[in-house]
Amino acid sequence: MRVYFAVVVLGGWILLALAGWWLPLEPHRIDLQRILMPPDAQAWLGYDDLGRPLVDRLLVGARHSLLVAVLVVAISLLAGTFIGAVSAYWGGWLDHLTVRVIDVFLAFPGILLAIALAGLMGPGLDNVVIALSLVGWVGFARLARAQVLALKHREHVVAAVSLGAGRLRIVRRHLLPLMAAPLIVEATFAVAGVVIAEAGLSFLGLGIQPPEPSWGSMIREGTRYMLVTAHMVLVPGLALLLVVLAVNMLGDWLRDRLDVRGGGERR
Amino acid sequence: MLRFLATRLLSALVVVLGVSVLVFLLIHLVPGDPVEVMLGEGSQAADREALRQALGLDRPWSVQLVQYLEGLLRLDLGISLYSRRPIADILLERLPATLELAAAGLLVAVLIALPLGIVAALRRGTAWDAGAMGFAMLGVSIPNFWMGPLLILVFSLWLGWLPVSGREGPASLVLPALTLGTAMAAILSRMIRATLLEVLGEDYVRTARAKGLSWSRVVWRHAMPNALLPIITLLGLQLGALLTGAVITEIVFSWPGIGQLVIESIHRRDYPVVQACVLLISLTYVAVNTLTDLCYAWLDPRISLGG
Repeated sequence: MRVYFAVVVLGGWILLALAGWWLPLEPHRIDLQRILMPPDAQAWLGYDDLGRPLVDRLLVGARHSLLVAVLVVAISLLAGTFIGAVSAYWGGWLDHLTVRVIDVFLAFPGILLAIALAGLMGPGLDNVVIALSLVGWVGFARLARAQVLALKHREHVVAAVSLGAGRLRIVRRHLLPLMAAPLIVEATFAVAGVVIAEAGLSFLGLGIQPPEPSWGSMIREGTRYMLVTAHMVLVPGLALLLVVLAVNMLGDWLRDRLDVRGGGERR
Repeated sequence: MLRFLATRLLSALVVVLGVSVLVFLLIHLVPGDPVEVMLGEGSQAADREALRQALGLDRPWSVQLVQYLEGLLRLDLGISLYSRRPIADILLERLPATLELAAAGLLVAVLIALPLGIVAALRRGTAWDAGAMGFAMLGVSIPNFWMGPLLILVFSLWLGWLPVSGREGPASLVLPALTLGTAMAAILSRMIRATLLEVLGEDYVRTARAKGLSWSRVVWRHAMPNALLPIITLLGLQLGALLTGAVITEIVFSWPGIGQLVIESIHRRDYPVVQACVLLISLTYVAVNTLTDLCYAWLDPRISLGG
């Protein structure tokens, strides 16, 4: 039941984000007659502090959050899995080094490192992707490493080794398919984390820069006018909550379906 | 036990060193010239050179790194570019506010999570369980930079019960603590439910029930003490989320702590202060995690025996 909610919300998110390219959106149309006005026929989510239609800004913001989430999770998944799997399978000094590096990265709680990186590199969508990927690979690396360590002495792997298969081939053909389920679950929860992180960075003024809309910066703008009207802060926040809730529900469902233990409890 | 202590402390030390080096590298690895970013693109070459010298950025990397680490050992964090004051002094000024917020957030989290988790476990499969876990799901998913404004909207602006922002008196602590504590309460209540369910399935719980003890006595005297171990570990791990959560919560409520200092300093391009704040938060996190591990070993004799 809950998975239907998740699929509908996520489908809507992706569809609306992509549809934004073809719809005649006007996220930058300033109309000083309509500052902070409630919804009407032209903008059925109301107007912001510059009289710009919120629904248009929300859709462009959806595109940004989807883009950042897909890029960051894809980069982190590929890089992290590669680093974790290879270092665990090779072992020796390489693995020792990887473990130390992972430990050091994990010593930065949550998105603190991303905040510092984004702050130092300057704002912008590309820097957000870089900062979040630099933080994101660690979780996948740790998971992939643990999986390979648990799997590398299985009989089918030993058999492949004795048949003369190369290391990379073993990792790719004999280990990765067995690690797919936990990695997929981790990636799903990572999407939720990245969506919140992007919005958080933009909320702090370190992410996507105005006038380009992001759900995070829209919430920030909304807080300034809460005394006058609530819709500016409610609309982007509700969208954000729905998407994150749906992704988390999907993650829970996948974890149960794929029978993966643990994961997803860190943010 | 002593060997365990030594290895654990040693590995923590390695992490501390790694974190310090990484924070040092942050400012150096970032593409572009930090001095130019600090002064702006139109700055004079002479000014840039002067700042470079003042920051010691004209010296070789290796020398800078050694000097920086030496400074850390003496608790000398350098001088703020913005206020020209020693950074250690600034941090000490801001620290109490953040600690107060984190402690209050932790208290809120435990006060919410304990009853929710216990009720959900004892009434498994009922509406109580579904409600508690629904709340937990919501709490995990709601970002604190939206939760904060919502609380302000309802309790400050509409009802007028609590102050909007700032740090004046205990009333001003309520909303920030609620904002910070909710996400942690959500994760914690799931964890309490899961571990309690596991423990309640044990033989000794059935025995305790069979000899006629009441449910409340079984839960508090027999089940909870054993469920507590994994919960303590989780608390330690979650403290990291609490610390970063504090950064954002402080911004929402204009709470004058370390988190606000980080963001202010980023916007002022006061990089030495940013460095120091990030270092302080991470090292606190490492210290708490190490303490958690040691606590765990102390509470559970099986671990210390295993070395």
